[in-house]
Amino acid sequence: MEALKDKLESSFLVFENELNGHSKNYIHQVRQKAFKVFEEKGFPTKKDEEWKYTNLKPILKKDFRVFHHNENNVDFADVRKYFLSDVDSYKLVFVDGKFSSWLSETTHEKFDICTFGSMLEKYPEVADKYFNQALPQEEPMAAINTAFANEGAFIRIKKNQTVEKPVQLIFFTSSQDQEVMQQPRNLIILEENAEVKVVERHQSLSSHEVFTNSATEIFVEKHARLHYSKVQNDTKQASLVDNTSVKQYGHSMVNLGTFSFGGKLVRNNLNFFLEDERTETYMDGISLIGEGQLVDHHTLADHKMPNCYSNETYKGIYDGNAKGVFNGKVMVHCVAQKTNAFQQNNNILLTDKASIDTKPQLEIFADDVQCSHGCTIGQLDEDAMFYLQARGIPAKEAKALLLYAFANDSLRNIKIAELRKKLNKLIASKLGVDLDFEL
Amino acid sequence: MLKINDLHAGIEGNEILKGINLEIKPGEVHAIMGPNGSGKSTLSSVVAGREEYEVSKGAIDFEGEDLMDLDPEERAHKGIFLSFQYPIEIPGVTVTNFLKTAINETRKAKGEEPMPANIMLKKMREKMALLEMDKGFLSRSLNDGFSGGEKKRNEIFQMAMLEPKLAILDETDSGLDIDALRIVANGVNKLKSKDNAVLLITHYQRLLDYIVPDFVHVLYKGRIVKSGGKELALELEAKGYDWIKEEMAL
Repeated sequence: MEALKDKLESSFLVFENELNGHSKNYIHQVRQKAFKVFEEKGFPTKKDEEWKYTNLKPILKKDFRVFHHNENNVDFADVRKYFLSDVDSYKLVFVDGKFSSWLSETTHEKFDICTFGSMLEKYPEVADKYFNQALPQEEPMAAINTAFANEGAFIRIKKNQTVEKPVQLIFFTSSQDQEVMQQPRNLIILEENAEVKVVERHQSLSSHEVFTNSATEIFVEKHARLHYSKVQNDTKQASLVDNTSVKQYGHSMVNLGTFSFGGKLVRNNLNFFLEDERTETYMDGISLIGEGQLVDHHTLADHKMPNCYSNETYKGIYDGNAKGVFNGKVMVHCVAQKTNAFQQNNNILLTDKASIDTKPQLEIFADDVQCSHGCTIGQLDEDAMFYLQARGIPAKEAKALLLYAFANDSLRNIKIAELRKKLNKLIASKLGVDLDFEL
Repeated sequence: MLKINDLHAGIEGNEILKGINLEIKPGEVHAIMGPNGSGKSTLSSVVAGREEYEVSKGAIDFEGEDLMDLDPEERAHKGIFLSFQYPIEIPGVTVTNFLKTAINETRKAKGEEPMPANIMLKKMREKMALLEMDKGFLSRSLNDGFSGGEKKRNEIFQMAMLEPKLAILDETDSGLDIDALRIVANGVNKLKSKDNAVLLITHYQRLLDYIVPDFVHVLYKGRIVKSGGKELALELEAKGYDWIKEEMAL
């Protein structure tokens, strides 16, 4: 396991050398600091409370390539299915860690939708102000991403601007000759009263093992509104660790959905820091996975100020020997009176071999709050199955219909109709049915 | 149409039905009455094919075909419909989509093309009018937040759409107020023809004022202990079930 750590350590020196004049600037000092955190802590192991149920060790044994010098091209025709193609959209597409300008559609006109790399060049003051200000400093996976942070998506929506078209972020891995590690870094800023819809996806096109360690920082200023969907449906050779941290300011609204059909291993660390009053936060999630797959959702709603609302609904369906993990932490600081926090995690295990470890974790230091949580683990309801079958619906379709109904309310906040359609289709195909309607 | 011969069935090793014999011909309405725990709902579940029940002996024939090895959906495709005492709530699936799936799966099983959407919609409107149902109903999630009466009406609506040969109505009257009962019964009567049959399963005689049976059977401790015409139901209502127990020396 230390092989990858050693490799990252030596790679960091190479990375620094290649920065030339930039190695002395503030951003690089932040990187160096983060690198030290990683050097000290190393990769998380099952001994860490936060990683008790998710073991990275088997992945870390592989001989991943960390740098990608060659620009690999992919044909749009081959990857079209990973895009929302019926809707006009902005696109930031990366292939093997490099920005693919010809698959992308950027803008600097009314707002900035471009790359993290060009942000570092063009707007150093933005980097100085926001870089590594939202992610938890001590999280080793986020730290190693920060240490190498160089490329990814940059979105900045200026005050009072609404972006009508959705923004698609797609990270492809196409490299065919070796196992590859990717570390995209994204920065998203919504200024006061701005609004944008974002869809993020990581997709391996490789037959080799892929390990993506992604990190995204999001700042949502007063009255701004963000709709963000993560679609996770990768190959069984691809693993993803995603650290996403959101800072929300007064009266802002964020809904963030994580729709996970898995890969090999998926770990989502999703943190919301509610920095000012009257924010609204919706976290929705689906895990629908089967044989050989693991999906782990670790979420945090950090209520630092009074009168904030958070609502979390995660649904899990596990087939084969799939393994699910859910850990929902709600922190209510002593000043955060009138907090309203709701959390729900419901799971269905379709086999005896599937498992779920679910843990609500509420830490409440204020006395005038409304916090509720609930988690359930069950099987498919036999009464309901019989009801549908007695109406002439075959067992397989009946099962799919019930699971559809079960997962359905996690799709409620999706604002992009085509995405909703796509997810419905994906759910149906994962359940092995072809239903001619949408929910 | 339906021939039940010496049927023994139970669940988890407990025998509940202990030798049922029953024959239903096209055009007939049968009522099975009996006290709680006599096996009424078990009988309807077994005919509809619920897997949890084990049939240890006997046979169920439907139009000359043995039902024993058929799944519930296959029995439905052959024209058996069970109206549930406690219909299941399915949030997120609308009444329309549910019915569309049920009807087209049945057609698929018969080798027919899906029903064109406009014809289906027309039919839905017709049947809804018959049951005095509101249009908004179609876009509601199936049984989700429905009142007891709405659920029962929805069951009969599904029956009207699926046009079964044999409809088994399990305690359809329970939880219905008198107006809803009248509407539901009226719907069932209008759907009645010389080619289809109805099996009413009920605890009370009340429903039989509205849907008049040709035959009434009394089920007690897993056996049909007495059969007669519609007057038997009135007798049961007046005297309760005790006199049968005495008469049969059970």
